[in-house]
Amino acid sequence: MDLDLSPNIQAMFQELILDHYRRPRNKGALPDADRVIPMHNPLCGDEIDLHLKFDGDRVSGVAFTGRGCSISQASASMLTEAVKGKTRAEATALWDRFHAMILGDQEAARDKSLGALRSLSGVSRFPARVRCALLAWDALKQGMKG
Amino acid sequence: MNSLAPRSDFPLLAANPGLHYLDSAATSQKPRSVIDAIVRFYETTNANPHRGAYTLSVQATDAYHNARVRIARFFGVVDPATLIFTRGTTDSINLVAGSYGRSTVRAGDEIVITAMEHHANFVPWQQLALEKKARLRIVELEADGTLELDRFRETLSGRTRIVAFSHVSNALGTVNAVREIAALARAAGAVSVCDGAQSAPHMRVDFPALGVDFYAFSGHKMCGPMGSGGLIGRRDLLEAMPPYQTGGDMIEFVRDSDTTWNVLPHKFEAGTPSAADAVGLAAACDYLDALGMDAVAAHEKTLLRLAYERLAAMDDVTIYGPVPEKRSGALSFTMTDVHPHDLATILDGEGVCIRAGHHCAQPLMRRLGVPATARASFYLYNDEADIEAMVRGMEKARKLFAGAPAPSVGEIAGASAS
Repeated sequence: MDLDLSPNIQAMFQELILDHYRRPRNKGALPDADRVIPMHNPLCGDEIDLHLKFDGDRVSGVAFTGRGCSISQASASMLTEAVKGKTRAEATALWDRFHAMILGDQEAARDKSLGALRSLSGVSRFPARVRCALLAWDALKQGMKG
Repeated sequence: MNSLAPRSDFPLLAANPGLHYLDSAATSQKPRSVIDAIVRFYETTNANPHRGAYTLSVQATDAYHNARVRIARFFGVVDPATLIFTRGTTDSINLVAGSYGRSTVRAGDEIVITAMEHHANFVPWQQLALEKKARLRIVELEADGTLELDRFRETLSGRTRIVAFSHVSNALGTVNAVREIAALARAAGAVSVCDGAQSAPHMRVDFPALGVDFYAFSGHKMCGPMGSGGLIGRRDLLEAMPPYQTGGDMIEFVRDSDTTWNVLPHKFEAGTPSAADAVGLAAACDYLDALGMDAVAAHEKTLLRLAYERLAAMDDVTIYGPVPEKRSGALSFTMTDVHPHDLATILDGEGVCIRAGHHCAQPLMRRLGVPATARASFYLYNDEADIEAMVRGMEKARKLFAGAPAPSVGEIAGASAS
């Protein structure tokens, strides 16, 4: 679809992100969650509750509820797919890589281990949207702390 | 239609021909004459006012005083000492709450505000009420985002000490009946505090005719520098009020154990004043008066009507606030499939600057049932092309997001088919 949008805008709102926005994965409460971490962005009113279930050291269940813009919702949706099954250490390492990518680290943006999350790398060109992309991830970081 | 003021008067707009600045309710662009006045002060007149016994300091004092006289005249105020320079509307309202409020409000008293207030005219009163064990009462809005005088009549009583309300809502654009509300406050024995942040830049404001006891405004929204603004108050009230901040310039005699205060306006202006910004704001008043505030208001109304018609014709757009006849030049709206934050980013890519968010009015947003809206606001340098650019950007956003869920607003069936 050619909407004559600027390349940076097209790079941010690419199809994979819009797909996660339209059809968010793992959206809904996790009834037996061990932790529910609320996170909100007071600037734009976006709200996310990240639900985490652990099996020992491993994330056995992850889901989210809330509302917000396409970037915050797609980022939360992708987070749930990326984090499930990971140990706390692995999830924390993923957070580090994702965080670096969103803040503009080109090397992180090329890191294949980030998988589908790399589609969010275009956000780094929009400082006003960085917080949107990190909202669910900030909740994850809290959730990984003991 | 053309803009009222040429873009060439505004260096930032002149340097960016493709920029469509529709966020003047947040801050206005600055004309060359204002920027030049500030530069000229620092290049020719810079010294600390009220301090030195030398010619340059006297010149700085004169420039600062003349700026006060000029700005007071802009608001129809003949006694310039009743215009206190502040950092802006937020500072002005905090001054009234911290000085008049703290010294007069007692436990059991009532402070009345409205549901459309900016946080700057909400939180200071809420906190004052909490501190004094007073009751904060909130006048609710009608369905169209206006205020009914009967709601004030129901709410005000002999216990009311302060009635604080905006002249124009920053989020809805609603223009309130200031004279009538002020009269009701006075009849109840309360003082009225008018938040003029969104009226001073956009319409003729005659402080004596408004009948309010206090009027707060921001310089940066009316072509003046950031960090400038003022509080206009009734002289008898200002004289009876204790200082808000203490320090240099605001004192008369400082003895070891006590201090007496300087006269108005200095009693409320502790520390070295921002004289250059006062001079810049006076230049902004010159600029606006040369155009004519009635012409400014008429120009914005024309743009508002045009934008309102274009957006009202879109099935997937919800406009918040009253019809154009009852509002000033700010237009809040949401699109069914496009979150305001996403819309702002896409419009940014088209060179269109709009605000997205809660507009520092979370209590209002809760009542509207939305976490955020998009807001376009108009000023004297805007023209039809700015609105058309926004409309084109909205059409692109609609196509990009077609079929997206609407997690934050109610779904309207079929509304995204375009």
